[in-house]
Amino acid sequence: MIALENVTVRAGAFHLSGISLEVPTRSYGVLMGRTACGKTTLLETICGLKAARAGRIILDGRDATHLRAAERGIGYVPQDGALFSTMTVRRHLSFALEIRQAPLESVKTRVAELARLLGIEGILDRKPPGLSGGEQQRVALGRALSARPRILCLDEPLGCLDEDTHDEVCELLKRVCREVEVTTLHVTHSMNEARKLADCIFRIENGVLARVTN
Amino acid sequence: MTIARRHATEQTSPLTTEGCAEIHDLHRVRSDVPFVVGLCILSSVYILLIAGMLVADLSFTTPANFLAALRSEEIRYAIRLSLISCSITALLSLWIAVPIGYLMSRYSFRGKAALDAILDIPIVLPPLVIGLSLLILFRTHAGQLIERFVPMTYAVPGIILAQWMVACAFAVRTMRTTFDQISPRQEQVALTLGCSQSQAFWQIVLPQARRGILAAGTLAWARAMGEFGPILIFSGATRMRTEVMPTSVFLELSVGNIEAAVAVSLLMVVAAVFVLLLVRFFGRTAALEANRI
Repeated sequence: MIALENVTVRAGAFHLSGISLEVPTRSYGVLMGRTACGKTTLLETICGLKAARAGRIILDGRDATHLRAAERGIGYVPQDGALFSTMTVRRHLSFALEIRQAPLESVKTRVAELARLLGIEGILDRKPPGLSGGEQQRVALGRALSARPRILCLDEPLGCLDEDTHDEVCELLKRVCREVEVTTLHVTHSMNEARKLADCIFRIENGVLARVTN
Repeated sequence: MTIARRHATEQTSPLTTEGCAEIHDLHRVRSDVPFVVGLCILSSVYILLIAGMLVADLSFTTPANFLAALRSEEIRYAIRLSLISCSITALLSLWIAVPIGYLMSRYSFRGKAALDAILDIPIVLPPLVIGLSLLILFRTHAGQLIERFVPMTYAVPGIILAQWMVACAFAVRTMRTTFDQISPRQEQVALTLGCSQSQAFWQIVLPQARRGILAAGTLAWARAMGEFGPILIFSGATRMRTEVMPTSVFLELSVGNIEAAVAVSLLMVVAAVFVLLLVRFFGRTAALEANRI
């Protein structure tokens, strides 16, 4: 579950206050709103990359308001993927597990499992500069899921994909999030994406967040 | 269409394309040749001057003069000391430039603009003033205390310190530009994947900054190689003791041995060109940005 209780966030002159939201466990929440309305800032606050000025952030029943990003157990996919340009795809999938000093065998098993799930077995030894937009998003998703997070935050992951790849990655997101049973919050400004993916839709308008539909 | 009717059409529908054909027909574009030729002439003045200097140096000396200079015990000592001191300076510069560059690139804090200006002081300060300031600094109580353990004034460690004061500022600029060009987004992702800030720095940022680090190192090395003013004031120009290559040029000139001075100068030109090629090879605009200061 992702829950925000009267959260206030600030980024420069930008300011959002009294934000409350709840995405039930294993549900797919979509957060919508116009460009520069604060969607990304809110997502970054949930991930622990920006501090909440007030309010509480509850992740899976635990108060995570003051936890560091590394301790929140969130898989994060930023808009541009932000792949690590010096690492191979294989290393992307194993990175979070290596940081946690997981045994080598379990790392190998997890990498194979993720590669199969995301259909990227053929590009494991390649580096990001040679990958297509769709492949990059698959790798970013695999990297975010590698340490088996219970929460996944996606910041416009389909924003810079062509139409065919967009639909393909959209289907992949839907399937993967169901299979790994992760609670997801997906930021987008596309109603089309929201209709395809969402269990619940939220919209930020004029600094106010409201639940649009189930 | 009459002029009056055309006016009426434009007034009622300003977006119409009617009449544009006539405008396009009348529009003649000037030739680009004078512009390009002008650029070439202005550029060639400076390029010819650089090439002319090098050719003049080469024509002034002979291979025999060059070899004679290389056989001189003093000049060989100066070359050896220059190579060693510049390499140590480059390493020390990187040791400081990487953390300062990262700090200035990633963090916002009160007084950052003032700190930024302080970091530029060694670049804009006249070299002689740097030497004089170092000399005065090491006459204070704190300086005297350091001198008790490491002799600085008129000694080899002082040469490294004088070179480092200037070279490090250029390395800091290069590293800051390098870190500015690396998106912080990747570090943020690393934090969500379980990294501490230090793990994100070592595992994500530093491998990407590799080329910038090499560029900063070579730039610091080259700056140190050409440093003369601060060394002359702070370390003196004692043969076989505090003599580096620029000092050799100065000493040979002062006794009228121009052939030897030119030979050592050419050696420095070769070293500079080699470093320039290395920086170009490492590419990136980082070093070029720093040079723009």
